[in-house]
Amino acid sequence: MKILVTAKRVTDPNAKLVINDDGNWIDDDVEYILNPFCENAIEAALQLAEAGDDVETVAIGIGDDEVQRFIRQGALARGVDRGIWVEAEEAELDSDGIARILKAVVEKEEPDLVLLGKQAVDGDSNQVAQLLAEMLGWPQATFASDVTIEGNEAIVTREVDGGLETLAIGMPCVVSADLRLNDPRYASLAGIMKAKKKEMDEYEPDDLDIDDLDPKVRVVAMHEPAGRSAGVAVADVDELIAKLATEARVI
Amino acid sequence: MSKILVVAEHGNGTVRKATLTTLQMARDLAAKKGSSIDIAVLGHGVGGVAEALKGYGAETIHVADHADLAYPLAPTWAKVIADIAQAADADVVAMSASTTGKDILPRVAARLEAGMASDVVAVVDTDDGPGFRRPMWAGALLADVVIDSDVWVVTARGSAFDAAAATGGSSDIEAFAADPAAAASRTRFVKFDATASDRPSLDEADVVVAGGRGLKSAEGFSQVMEPLADAFGAAIGASRAAVDDGYAPNDYQIGQTGKVVAPQLYVAVAISGAIQHLAGMKNSKVIVAINTRDDEPIHKIADYSLKADAFTAVPELVEKLAARG
Repeated sequence: MKILVTAKRVTDPNAKLVINDDGNWIDDDVEYILNPFCENAIEAALQLAEAGDDVETVAIGIGDDEVQRFIRQGALARGVDRGIWVEAEEAELDSDGIARILKAVVEKEEPDLVLLGKQAVDGDSNQVAQLLAEMLGWPQATFASDVTIEGNEAIVTREVDGGLETLAIGMPCVVSADLRLNDPRYASLAGIMKAKKKEMDEYEPDDLDIDDLDPKVRVVAMHEPAGRSAGVAVADVDELIAKLATEARVI
Repeated sequence: MSKILVVAEHGNGTVRKATLTTLQMARDLAAKKGSSIDIAVLGHGVGGVAEALKGYGAETIHVADHADLAYPLAPTWAKVIADIAQAADADVVAMSASTTGKDILPRVAARLEAGMASDVVAVVDTDDGPGFRRPMWAGALLADVVIDSDVWVVTARGSAFDAAAATGGSSDIEAFAADPAAAASRTRFVKFDATASDRPSLDEADVVVAGGRGLKSAEGFSQVMEPLADAFGAAIGASRAAVDDGYAPNDYQIGQTGKVVAPQLYVAVAISGAIQHLAGMKNSKVIVAINTRDDEPIHKIADYSLKADAFTAVPELVEKLAARG
């Protein structure tokens, strides 16, 4: 069995983002981290590899050459067997473009399972796994909190509104990871040393015969959300009830 | 002419509020784009749902009633939604940004080679025509996006739109000959474990009370939060920290990775207010924070802050609310 797993780089969620005069956010000095949901996907790939016989794991990252660091440190150092780096101007791609690149890599690698984070915590679009599954004509299980393999099926528990849903989907298939899927491991020192020698294939979109990566969705402006100012401190429960009743008029 | 296809969400034969908030987004867009609105109802035995939506100003309600559509599995629903959109010549497909909409609509976008805007909070005018405002970075920034493809796919955040009111009139109801089998989904529904609750759902409640890590245990969480929810007739939510520590089930989670709510009143109990949590509740009308510390981020956005121990202040609040009758 072969598992392809994503290693996406995102801006640090705690970084203060600033909008410039052109209405775009400024990325000077912003720190990057591995997308937390991709860490869950990577951990799931490793656990499935440990539980199964003869499972190969491959991590893919898309972006400029900095992305290689996230593939090596975030995926290969944790135990993923090898990496694929697709060199592309990530800022110029929308979810559709990312899915097209992944589709081309899937067709080359022919994995049985593609594991992705359910969303990237920068764009928050939550589209790529689903787009990829449809482009491939494969089944999907999004927002996974549990994944096991039984025969030729992935049994996936999904975190959905109102409870937990369990689906059985035939491989090859696409699964997107939610945060409760697992607790991602740390890379060991030995893992970090080994990762430096692991194979990393490099592609450009042209190598993958992808003709159209023009974005379908364009950001035309950015805004800071309207601020909410701090209200008043109330001394006790009586004052709180009085304020809610007479000032806020919500009780 | 432009036509917006709104995909209805329903359960137990009734229309979900998410359908009506999406319909409101569609009306906002229709006003800018000069569109008519159609509704798609998918499921099995859903004639009543279509009837219930007749008075909301849609031109046509397309009903795809098929045993294989009884449960919203993404490959089959996506195929039938895309088929209806093409048959009706719709240039926009919209559904709510519920877990169902998030699961299904990107597949519709892929089928229609459409660009998709997720989790839209407003329809806006841009230099390039009508666009959509959507939060990024957990709502730290709002982006205005335009879609350049011929067909647009949109999910609408329920808490950002009012439920569309009925307008009278009577939509045409047309059966759609759905062919879900052709999606060859290789997907088997195994089971659904519902979170048992008699309370209103988080996305529909006027009052939400949410507990955090400061409640110290699952017992502490239920002991403090349940009577409070009863007192307000509220839905119960939780911070991610409380969920991660097992105090509350995951579908209570409010924030960037959980649900986004905007009730009339939000009571945050023993929640510090990480940015990821604030992303899920900062648009609530009135926010109350009850916390033993007064220097937490939650107090920077709360209308009323009470520095107190939740284990004593909340029972007192419950008792005094009850005394008010």
